[in-house]
Amino acid sequence: MSLWSRFVNVFRGDSLRREIAEELESHIEEAVERGRDPLEARRALGPALRLREESRDVRLLSWLDSLRGDAVFAWRQIVKNTAATAAVILSLGLAIGSCLAAFRLVDALLLRPLPIAHVERLHSVAHEGFNDRHELQASQSFEYPLFREMRAAVEADAELLALSYAQRADLAFGAGEETEKAYRQFVLGGMFDSFGLMPALGRLLTAADDATPGGHPYAVLSYDFWNRRFGRDPEIVGQTFRMDDQVFEIIGVLEQGFTGVEPGVFVDVYAPLTMNGALSRPGLGWIRAFALLGPDASANAVRDKLTPIYRAYQEEQVKDWKAAKQEVVDRWLNRTLRVEPAPTGSSEIQRTYRTGLTAIAGLAALVLLIACANVANLMSARAATRSREMALRVSIGAGRRRLVRLVLVESAFLALLATAVGAAFCSWAAPQVVGMISPPDNPTRLTLPADLRLFGFGMALSVAVTGLFGVAPALRASSVQPVAALKGGEAPRLRQRLMKGLVGVQAAFCVVVTLMAGLLVGTLDRLRNQDMGFSAPGLLLLEASSDTPQPSSAWRQAIDGLAATPGVESASAASWPLLFGISGGLVWTDGRPAEASSYLLRVSPGWAETMQIGRVEGRDLRVGETDGALVNEAFAETFLGKASPLGRWFEIGSPNGSRSRFQVVGVVHDAVYHDLREGFRPAAYIPFHAGDGGESPQSWGTFVVRTKGEAASALAPALREAVSRARPEFRVTNVRTQQELISRQTVRERLLAALASFFAVVALLLAGLGLYGVLEYSVFQRRREIGVRRAVGAQAGDIAWQVTASVGATAAVGALIGVGLSLLAARSIESLLYQVRPTDAAMLAPAALAVGLAAVAAAAPSVAKAVGIDPAEILRAD
Amino acid sequence: MPKADSLQGSLDLLVLKTLSRRPGLHGYAIMTAIRERSDDVLRVEEGSLYPALHRMEEAGWLRAEWVTKDNGRRARAYALTKAGEKQLEAEESRWEAVTVAVQRVLRTV
Repeated sequence: MSLWSRFVNVFRGDSLRREIAEELESHIEEAVERGRDPLEARRALGPALRLREESRDVRLLSWLDSLRGDAVFAWRQIVKNTAATAAVILSLGLAIGSCLAAFRLVDALLLRPLPIAHVERLHSVAHEGFNDRHELQASQSFEYPLFREMRAAVEADAELLALSYAQRADLAFGAGEETEKAYRQFVLGGMFDSFGLMPALGRLLTAADDATPGGHPYAVLSYDFWNRRFGRDPEIVGQTFRMDDQVFEIIGVLEQGFTGVEPGVFVDVYAPLTMNGALSRPGLGWIRAFALLGPDASANAVRDKLTPIYRAYQEEQVKDWKAAKQEVVDRWLNRTLRVEPAPTGSSEIQRTYRTGLTAIAGLAALVLLIACANVANLMSARAATRSREMALRVSIGAGRRRLVRLVLVESAFLALLATAVGAAFCSWAAPQVVGMISPPDNPTRLTLPADLRLFGFGMALSVAVTGLFGVAPALRASSVQPVAALKGGEAPRLRQRLMKGLVGVQAAFCVVVTLMAGLLVGTLDRLRNQDMGFSAPGLLLLEASSDTPQPSSAWRQAIDGLAATPGVESASAASWPLLFGISGGLVWTDGRPAEASSYLLRVSPGWAETMQIGRVEGRDLRVGETDGALVNEAFAETFLGKASPLGRWFEIGSPNGSRSRFQVVGVVHDAVYHDLREGFRPAAYIPFHAGDGGESPQSWGTFVVRTKGEAASALAPALREAVSRARPEFRVTNVRTQQELISRQTVRERLLAALASFFAVVALLLAGLGLYGVLEYSVFQRRREIGVRRAVGAQAGDIAWQVTASVGATAAVGALIGVGLSLLAARSIESLLYQVRPTDAAMLAPAALAVGLAAVAAAAPSVAKAVGIDPAEILRAD
Repeated sequence: MPKADSLQGSLDLLVLKTLSRRPGLHGYAIMTAIRERSDDVLRVEEGSLYPALHRMEEAGWLRAEWVTKDNGRRARAYALTKAGEKQLEAEESRWEAVTVAVQRVLRTV
């Protein structure tokens, strides 16, 4: 009660003062009434001001009152220097906002636990081993039969959960039969119960839905999908839709908040695992396994129980590999199981962006430090101009602590305002970044709530920032020597040393940010502009399928129809476009397996020409040919030796031991097959309809169309029509450009390059501003000295050198340290880089140039000012 | 901040005692009451009275309200709270202990 009233009294200072005054006044009046002399009564009461203050101090929280006083004063300071303050708040706000946005993304993708019961018990089950390039690779994919055995084996200690990978699927609701894309995931029905999830409507899948393969055509919608697609239609339960030629009944809607176990993807539709066609197909690893450990079970114990089953399964598989080399078999058998905590779930997007986002967060932090250094310098300079005020405060009895607090309160004000600006920036920026990592047909979605976690981080950041830029100036201000300061002299050396040191720090961080940005931009540049071996502009890809396999004549008619369309230069077909799918096998020559495997792609005659992959020797595939093959140069070199490969036979094996035989009819130039980063690898292009001893009809493939001019997409409707006119049994399911496929492989690189460049620009700007401020201040401080030097005959060059030498030296040392730091930092992002190294001159030079130019631009105004000082004027002023 | 005052102990006691007998007195009346009761021996220093009253009010021993006097002027009238009564008891027993001790010293020396 009392504390409360004292707290309240702080904010009613004026009326409190009036009350006390009135009480004292009434005392004197009464005294006069009783016949005392007014003057005597007043004297007896004592000095009114002192009494009032004494009573006032008693009646309120004096520390809070003085804090309020400081706050009011700080606010006046801030308002007084509007331009400088706005610059500080904006630059700091930008930096804080970047940090907040980075935190928001990192938190949403990598740190936030899934909203499920007992999330601490959720573990991922994975197996890892070395691939043929001797890199350690982990995989979460299991085959269904293996999963069932493993699940049964650890039933007592843990519940093994299985999910298919979340994938885009074609869904058709209602009678219209119009298909739409949605994220579909097959799950073990018992999962919802184990996760403690509740339905928002209807019921969820249960363990009972895992009983009969193909017998549970039920689906659960996610809350988000129900809301977005159906406007929360309460009648949705009981409706049906078609997916993969099966009809599913919607039995319920999942509660809000749970978006799946793959951060980055919002699953729209859940169906029972038992309804997946892959269930009965052996050799297909489509299950992603999680383990929900029992309360007393340990991850290692579960792993030890699972390992013998996994091993036995692997050994069973190897028995079929009669032709495989021992090394390959050993690699397969030496794979190990891992059971690790996965409170944040597990997704491809997590794996792809973990390093990149962390690096970006690091860059954001560096930018924040640069901004903090700026503010610290500004506050130092301001403290210097306020040293007389501070000295006066000390002389009339203000304690050091009070002075420190005065300056800190001002810093805290700046930090809070900057955090507010930052929060606004972050609420705009974070969704933008998520948008940037979304390929057009594959949206990335993240839960980005502005909740307590974010608020807490923002507050912590703001406190840290206040500490970083506020403490040094505050201590400096409080250590003012009243006598010296009031006399007009002071010790500016010390202050300048601090400011210069900060410039050095800024230079170092600026170099790190710029160089990192250079590396990431360089990576994107190399990836984009590398020689891919084919020409992508103008290529349009039409994915097509038919209900029944079609002979080569049907495909040929569709190709001819496409080629005859106006605006088309040439057309052909392949199983899939380059930079899309993978197929391959071990190559056999002269009846023996070779050391390596080759990529494989089924293509129609004319495909190489459409792709503009040049022929080295030989001829193209012919219509009707089923055992000829085009090979690339890498293939010829690796498998066929020095002699001309034309006419040579080779075989390509599959893991089950069967082999197909082909004769080389032509050699083409190398082209990138699957991954932009892997360069040219051996590839064989075999006939589209190649089959065992004859033609094998194909039910799906991709038409590859080269258009005249580069605006390929505009032709899409005409081409769709051309296909269905030529052969109505083909359905075109998707149309995209080859450029899109290339872009898809550089999504991460583009994002990182864009963000890093942004940070580099901000860092250069802020560091330049910092340098400018420090030089400006130092020229102002030394204007008399410079005037005297000019008067005694110093040249402009000498003055420029005088002004810049020591700050320049500090900045240069800082920059060198920055290069050293960059080399260390670059190691942690090595996996993101492609064909660039931080020590390359091509990387160092632009960064050095950018930092150097920024420094020169920042120094120029102050140098000009220093050189332009008129000695007569300065000396007259004194 | 309340200042240490050698008279403070007795001033508090006197004010509390006066108010426990006659609640609703304002500052001047408290002063007059103490002087009259002590036959003009104890004179409260006017300058110390108000800070002491405000301190005791904040400590929760007294409560105050504005009343209108006969002449139409407002005055702040004070009265004891529950906590103030307890405080009075404590102060009284402390005072007695002190006076007994002082007398003992006077007698023996």
